[in-house]
Amino acid sequence: MTTKQKSLLVQGYEVVIGFETHAQLSTQSKIFSRAPTAFGAEPNTQACAVDLALPGSLPVMNKGAVERAIELGLAVGAHIAEQSIFARKNYFYPDLPKGYQISQFEIPVVQGGEVSFFVGDEKKTVRLVRAHLEEDAGKSLHEDFIGQSGIDLNRAGTPLLEIVTEPDIRSSDEAVAYAKELHKIVTWIGICDGNMQEGSFRCDANVSVRKPGADLGTRREIKNLNSFKFMQQAIDFEVRWQIEQIEDGHAIQQATVLFDPDTGETRAMRTKEDAADYRYFPDPDLPPLVVGRDWVARVQSEMTELPRVMAARFVADYGLPEYDATTLTQSKAMAAYFEAAAKACGQAKLVSNWVMGEVSRRLNAGEAGIEHAPVGASQLAAMIGRIADNTISNSAAKQVFDALWTEGGDVDAIIEAKGLKQMNDSGALEVIIEEVLAANPKNVEEFRAGNSKALNGLVGPIMKASKGKANPAQVNELLLKKLQG
Amino acid sequence: MTALHDMTVAALANELRTKKISATEAAQHFLARSQADTSGAFLSFNPEATLAQAKEADDQLAAGTAGALAGVPMAHKDIFVTTDFPTTAGSKMLEGYRSPFDATVVRKLGVQTGGAGMVNVGKLNCDEFAMGSSNENSAYNAVSNPWDTSRVPGGSSGGSSAAVAARLVPAATGTDTGGSIRQPASFCGITGIKPTYGRASRYGMIAYASSLDQAGPMARTAEDCALMLSAMCGPDLDRDSTSLDVPAENFARDLNASLDGLRIGIPKEFFGEGLAVGVRTAVDAALKEYEKLGAKLVPISLPRTELSIPVYYIIAPAEASSNLSRFDGVKFGHRTKDYTDLVSMYKRSRAEGFGEEVKRRIMTGAYVLSHGYYDAYYLQAQKIRRMISDDFQQAFKVCDVIAGPVAPTVAWKLGEKADDPVANYLADIFTLPASLAGLPGMSVPAGFGEEGMPVGLQLIGNYFKEAQLLNAAHRLQQATDFHLRQPGGAQ
Repeated sequence: MTTKQKSLLVQGYEVVIGFETHAQLSTQSKIFSRAPTAFGAEPNTQACAVDLALPGSLPVMNKGAVERAIELGLAVGAHIAEQSIFARKNYFYPDLPKGYQISQFEIPVVQGGEVSFFVGDEKKTVRLVRAHLEEDAGKSLHEDFIGQSGIDLNRAGTPLLEIVTEPDIRSSDEAVAYAKELHKIVTWIGICDGNMQEGSFRCDANVSVRKPGADLGTRREIKNLNSFKFMQQAIDFEVRWQIEQIEDGHAIQQATVLFDPDTGETRAMRTKEDAADYRYFPDPDLPPLVVGRDWVARVQSEMTELPRVMAARFVADYGLPEYDATTLTQSKAMAAYFEAAAKACGQAKLVSNWVMGEVSRRLNAGEAGIEHAPVGASQLAAMIGRIADNTISNSAAKQVFDALWTEGGDVDAIIEAKGLKQMNDSGALEVIIEEVLAANPKNVEEFRAGNSKALNGLVGPIMKASKGKANPAQVNELLLKKLQG
Repeated sequence: MTALHDMTVAALANELRTKKISATEAAQHFLARSQADTSGAFLSFNPEATLAQAKEADDQLAAGTAGALAGVPMAHKDIFVTTDFPTTAGSKMLEGYRSPFDATVVRKLGVQTGGAGMVNVGKLNCDEFAMGSSNENSAYNAVSNPWDTSRVPGGSSGGSSAAVAARLVPAATGTDTGGSIRQPASFCGITGIKPTYGRASRYGMIAYASSLDQAGPMARTAEDCALMLSAMCGPDLDRDSTSLDVPAENFARDLNASLDGLRIGIPKEFFGEGLAVGVRTAVDAALKEYEKLGAKLVPISLPRTELSIPVYYIIAPAEASSNLSRFDGVKFGHRTKDYTDLVSMYKRSRAEGFGEEVKRRIMTGAYVLSHGYYDAYYLQAQKIRRMISDDFQQAFKVCDVIAGPVAPTVAWKLGEKADDPVANYLADIFTLPASLAGLPGMSVPAGFGEEGMPVGLQLIGNYFKEAQLLNAAHRLQQATDFHLRQPGGAQ
């Protein structure tokens, strides 16, 4: 563990990152009004009196948004507050029609929890501080209005869940892995569509650096990271920049920064000196949000199996290593694919290897989801069944898989057509073995002199001569018999 | 036959139901009276809309589908948004503003399906955004008290109280945040009730202080208030999260119940120094009347009465400072003609659109919510607010209703306190406690004090005890005739 941590240092500095993620909740209507939330409509067509903050309008909580917050809380093992408070965050901005944003401040609905994921083969757990409900603002449109700005309030009042971590993340790799894991959770449980281009899943990263063991450094917040690629680039740039500043003897000023993908750099939007006093206070238009234990229980009973629960089940039921189980539960579709194939052929570990290996490799190359894989779970299961019953070898299976992927067809027919059946006929195999032994007297001699590794030099040519059809176990057995006999 | 404008809501409803008069005739009569008014009580008329509503009421009366108060004219405080009339909240900020929707209270009282069928004669003047107790903070014009036109009608529902007292309309709506129904009712010698907080929907009532604002009726008699309040209340859960899930009631059901054995709590803090002699005399006489009716007077204490002033003047401005942020010149309301950038647009629009008292409360509110001051002011005020509520619950262990003066004095002269906001604030001392506790309270005419000006008796009930308050008020009105007296200016 110590060695691992040391390897994360950048020029002798430890990187400290905390995340704030805004997940747009997948409700049909807004968080405090009945206007629809659909993306991409004509400006100001999806805003009602409440969203426009017309005099006399009042907010009414959308229960669907609360349910989604409860689901997230359950998914990350958090405490669901029996009573949480909506507060007003007061500031003036043209796309904020009320002059305040309704959010949760002192008492959020989701408290604590954690998110675990693998970075390479290292398991990492990030603690969550909270997740709170709030409304989105509208959009200011600065193009197309000469000398003026346009305001589109369609997005005003869209429900958001802001998910905040402890500063537990130690590298840009971990940051991306965390963000991907959180993205997986929210899309898996269906509370957010996860569309980063449309802004449904936006991350802010609080980044600071320090010498190991020192107090936390001053942080700068990188706003609105809307792709995993930019996230990595932005954090890497920011970390280098901060270290450079410190090495040059400059103190870091707390600031909010934006990442510019064109230059690959972050630049400050505002510093702490400009920080507004938001005059938070409990919103008197909204009574405390009460979430009874029966409500939590009902949401839980209606929830889909969580990725971490499913991963634990894969370990318990299929004897998979934790790494496999976590990898296979990266998406619901992949997990379903694995489970269907594993059930059909009864060879869970083999299926896992194939799904994480060949299937994923080809899907990644084509950037398609597993639900669109040309080789379905039942076909993969049929093929693995033929490996398990010794009809084909692993290397022959690769040829079968390739044929299935590119041309499709029936597993057995492909084996037949390509003549890939293993030679389970010992007579024919013995002939090949005799020939190979005769052609490699040196290896034979070395083996007999006690070098057991020399055996490998014989197995390879035998497999080759059989065109991959020989059963490796049978080859070993017959070969040893010949050499020792 | 009694003149239409001398009739109560109950009497008019009966005339209309029995087709002795039509809604159109009633509307024309009250419209003409109101339009001829010179007190400044009205801010806007729309005779076409009023007569269209009357026509609708007549149709409903003919079809037998009419609501309980079909065709009875009334007027709304200009704090309720209406589609048929402009809504200004007494502010330049909203000059000419037209709401695309009606407030729930407007719908419930109006001629829409399911409504009580009342016809809106116009919109009534009030202190800007309901902030004030003399109606002098209206951005449009002051209102004179019909009992003495050199005096204020009270506030913030001063247009409502003046119009009802002058018999321009038989009834009006008001809103009460810290006494804005009870105090003007007292100053103008009419009856008004603020129900339990959450009884009447706040949807469409332009917010001043959300945790305190409540709508209520203002009329000449307790019976009329009961009839209107029955129509105004009821759950509105889809539009107002602070609306209580308590069914509407017929608040007139117990009007004539006996008061025998009723325990009336007399808070000693309401009868101390600063209470005008004439007010005290009238209130004492009303209490004597109650004893004659079989009630028992019980001495009680509401020890934090004085604290209710600082508590209210922290909480209400805090909420107001945030509620009024939406008036920024961007989407609606006044926008300055003279600006160079966003910040100057905000600053000038708000500087021009808001009056002095509104600005004062916004500044106070922003201050008490600021970082570093929040705990000392806002949080502390909330704690004391809870204690004030607890004090009432202690009191209701030994009494059924609480009685005392509505205000320490009778209506003062126009301009008398205009430059002294603190003097105005101090005059709210007796109405603020019930507001902070969310309790129902009302003002009942109890006689006349200094300079022959009306004095109101305040009755405060426990939560949801509106029917009991109205019963007590009605019985007093059966035994006295103060509510029937007419100001000289109302001929």
